[in-house]
Amino acid sequence: MLTILFDGIAYGMLLFVLAVGLAVTMGLMNFINLAHGAFAMVGGYTTVLLMQRLQVPFLVCLPLAFLVSGLLGAVLERTLYRPMYRRPHLDQVLFSIGLTFMAVAAMDYFMGSSQQIIQLPAYLKGRSEFDTPLGLLGMGHYRLFIIAVCAALTVALQFILARTRFGSRLRAAVDDQRVAAGLGINVNIVFLSTFAVGSGLAGLGGALGTEVLGLDPTFPLKFMIYFLIVVAVGGTSSITGPLLAALLLGIADVAGKYYVPKLGGFIVYSLMIAILIWRPHGLFSRLGGKS
Amino acid sequence: MKTATQASAVLAGARWRVWEPLLWLAALAAPLLFPSHALIVNEVAIVALFAVSLDLVLGYTGIVSLGHAAFFGMGAYAAGLFAKLVMPDPVVGLLVAVALSTALGALCSLTIMRGTDLTRLMVTLGVALILGEIANKYSDFTGGADGLQGVVMGPVLGLFEFDLYGRVAAWYSIVVLMVFFVLSRRLVHSPFGATLKAIRDNRLRAMAIGVPVLSRLAVIYTIAAGVAGAAGALLAQTSGFVSLDVFAFDRSADVMLILVVGGVGWLYGGVAGAIVFKLMQDWLSSITPQYWTFWLGLFLVVLVLVGRERLLRPWTWFGASKGGKA
Repeated sequence: MLTILFDGIAYGMLLFVLAVGLAVTMGLMNFINLAHGAFAMVGGYTTVLLMQRLQVPFLVCLPLAFLVSGLLGAVLERTLYRPMYRRPHLDQVLFSIGLTFMAVAAMDYFMGSSQQIIQLPAYLKGRSEFDTPLGLLGMGHYRLFIIAVCAALTVALQFILARTRFGSRLRAAVDDQRVAAGLGINVNIVFLSTFAVGSGLAGLGGALGTEVLGLDPTFPLKFMIYFLIVVAVGGTSSITGPLLAALLLGIADVAGKYYVPKLGGFIVYSLMIAILIWRPHGLFSRLGGKS
Repeated sequence: MKTATQASAVLAGARWRVWEPLLWLAALAAPLLFPSHALIVNEVAIVALFAVSLDLVLGYTGIVSLGHAAFFGMGAYAAGLFAKLVMPDPVVGLLVAVALSTALGALCSLTIMRGTDLTRLMVTLGVALILGEIANKYSDFTGGADGLQGVVMGPVLGLFEFDLYGRVAAWYSIVVLMVFFVLSRRLVHSPFGATLKAIRDNRLRAMAIGVPVLSRLAVIYTIAAGVAGAAGALLAQTSGFVSLDVFAFDRSADVMLILVVGGVGWLYGGVAGAIVFKLMQDWLSSITPQYWTFWLGLFLVVLVLVGRERLLRPWTWFGASKGGKA
């Protein structure tokens, strides 16, 4: 029972790191970016390549994965994404699906379609069990690590958003791009850096998640739906919304697959539809924000 | 054409043009002219019907749906199971499949009324995923991941046996496509269709002039679901097999691409897109069997960046504004 809760939290945290960049893209630029999973896949493959070919230690790979996919995000934002901001949602959907298809096929071509495996360092393997009054709690060390990293990231993100000058510029740009530009905020730079950080976070999530979620070229398509659920359910106006949504989703998914394996993803999808019909702008959306 | 009143301007699109019957005659002749390609003709007809269905919601009402495969799959499984368990008559099976997917569409239409584009994308996608999951889990009924096998169809109308070359299948699909096309055409050029376009262009204004927006959305979504179900039924009946991929995300994405290639908000757009897409798929997958989705993706990206209008009319590239890269 507690173990499931723990695994669910770890899974949810991972989903949050994967999805938070998307939440910002969608909330900030009102851009439906279905290619977000491709950045996560890039991060994952960066890790795999670095570890397998160059024997780079796992902990060094994580920031590198962040950097590589962040850079890629920045380049793509400059070249391809920017002209799409003003387009209708349909165009954005088609464009980003196209990018995803290309990424999937290209990865398949270069890396092969088999699932990639990474060797975790010894200190992250294994698991500890505790007897608590509520039952047995088994904690995999790697999952504990994921929770720690993701919690630190969440706190850092929240700090940046709420307390720094960049954060206030970003929030201004989210709420009203034109007024923000009028106040002398360079919205283009804010967008570029936010997109890059968002892609970088996706890459970091992909690197962290390789062991848990599995990594093969279909990754972007397989998990795109989960990211989108997190964002749609959580709302795009804050990062607490996606965080809570990701935790909810992670726990529901793990618990659902454990207790009623026959239903599989059914629970998550039904939950999403019910929530979205009930609150179409997301569970934790703020009134007055951009829809 | 004595008076060019506004009413006749609205109705102008409703009139049948000279080339339209010729086009359908050509379609009917295609299996005879290219007997070795009857299978492709059949596929094109099915995909075209599916695209016409999506056009009803996307092109005429502006609902962005990423889960249209839900109804396609529903129709396919309904027709397949009906043929297997009840009776093998194709026409009855088709009607049953249409009825069932229409019912499903009516149920799902409740989900598209609220929210933004993103919400609608997610909800429609979710419905398709749930149905796929159900079809996967109830494997003793649907065959699960192995697909529904052994669907044997009787002759169409008791007269025409499905042959090995797929000619009867192609004709059957074309005729069904034609029937639904004519009905859809009639629908979108009716006053009802005019209100749909009003909703698409400006929902607030449509509401202000007294269009019951929500019920119109629900009705057209339900109708489109039925048409998509017919397309799914055709696939199940002519291939004698249904697999889980009828619900797959790729299928919803493909049909959206087809429609966009052909042109949204113009029923022939779906048909034209289906022809282009199927031929392109056939050609690309014969060159690069494994990686053809890369080229599909590239095509999509270029299409959106350049703009479909300009891609379809290459002679405008050298006009005043030159942009995009191909």
